Amino acid sequence: MGPTEQPRSQGKDWNAQILRVRNHRDEAAFAALFSHFAPRIKGFLIKSGASGTMAEECAQETMITLWHKAHLFDPSRASAATWIFTIARNKKIDAFRRAARPEPEDLPWGPEPEPEAADALALSQETEHLATALNALPEKQRDIVKRAYYGDLTHSELAEETGLPLGTIKSRIRLALDRLRQTLNEPVK
Amino acid sequence: MTVKHLLNEQLLMGYAAGILPEAFDLVVASHLSLSDESRAMLGGYEAVGGVVMEETESVEMGAHALESVMARIKSGKEITEKPAVRATRPGVLPEPLQEYVGGDVDKIKWRPLGGGVKQAILPTSGKAQARLLLIPAGVAVPDHGHRGTELTLVLQGSFSDEVDRFSRGDIEIADEDLNHQPVAGPEADCICLAATDAPLRFNSLIPRLLQPIFRI
Repeated sequence: MGPTEQPRSQGKDWNAQILRVRNHRDEAAFAALFSHFAPRIKGFLIKSGASGTMAEECAQETMITLWHKAHLFDPSRASAATWIFTIARNKKIDAFRRAARPEPEDLPWGPEPEPEAADALALSQETEHLATALNALPEKQRDIVKRAYYGDLTHSELAEETGLPLGTIKSRIRLALDRLRQTLNEPVK
Repeated sequence: MTVKHLLNEQLLMGYAAGILPEAFDLVVASHLSLSDESRAMLGGYEAVGGVVMEETESVEMGAHALESVMARIKSGKEITEKPAVRATRPGVLPEPLQEYVGGDVDKIKWRPLGGGVKQAILPTSGKAQARLLLIPAGVAVPDHGHRGTELTLVLQGSFSDEVDRFSRGDIEIADEDLNHQPVAGPEADCICLAATDAPLRFNSLIPRLLQPIFRI
């Protein structure tokens, strides 16, 4: 990281740190990821109703899984924050339910030694747009979106539209779809 | 195969957030196995989850948490992660559902409901209930309403109701406002996976009396 690094590229740096863990079992990169993500995972889990002890344990387990599963990380499919979020979410469900939750079938991702850099970049930019869009929401709506993820909505709030800017999320979805079709060698419509 | 009826925002977000009851998770995971479009949409909602996690106020980890984690990693004891789910046994039932049934359709333990309709309740925790339904080709399920939300995923054949025609991979989301009488298409027996977060409400007396017996 040099002084010319733009703050907006931070998300991409986390991707690079995971790749360092993946490729070189780099402990310094892991420590950097730990100090950024573990307290956020813990905070998120406490908001989701976990006790301090449970949140601490799930956050630690999430980071251990990150180490062991780093080879499955593909920055053209998910950004670092997205990927870590899904690991933490599954740990939370397992802890609450004491059983693994149903996961969809794994797709036959094509043989590709390295994910395409352009895909990874486009995805990481879209994820940043998503963050910007979320922060641009009026306070009340932003609060509803957040609490939806904490599992902390009343029945009537759940039924309401969240007001998430669909344009933003749709372009993120579009990218994922194109990527899927590319991998499955189908023509992109 | 193009799946026409997809999940709504609340369900995708709920699955991405991990806040749905197990029975709903099972229906959503099975649907995702059959629809690339829904899977791509899920990716979007998971990205929102990542952003929300990033924006949540952090809580300091315990003293020496990192050292403890490194020690656990180096002990090598915790590589008990379940392997990624793969579609190694392609069949009528998507893989996540095969886990619950213990195999494909031939392993389902059907119980008759009358009129040729059969069901098999799947073991899930929480308040919502999941079950497989078999409706013989051309047969109608008793007219019913819902007290809560009912998700129905078609796995084989098709059914039609007041809303539309639903075939493999399609999901119908019915809430309290929908009173419907699904009829299986003539091409094959219709097999569905359904989840309800409250018991169904049948509109004629006899099925209502049978309800406590059949737990539908």
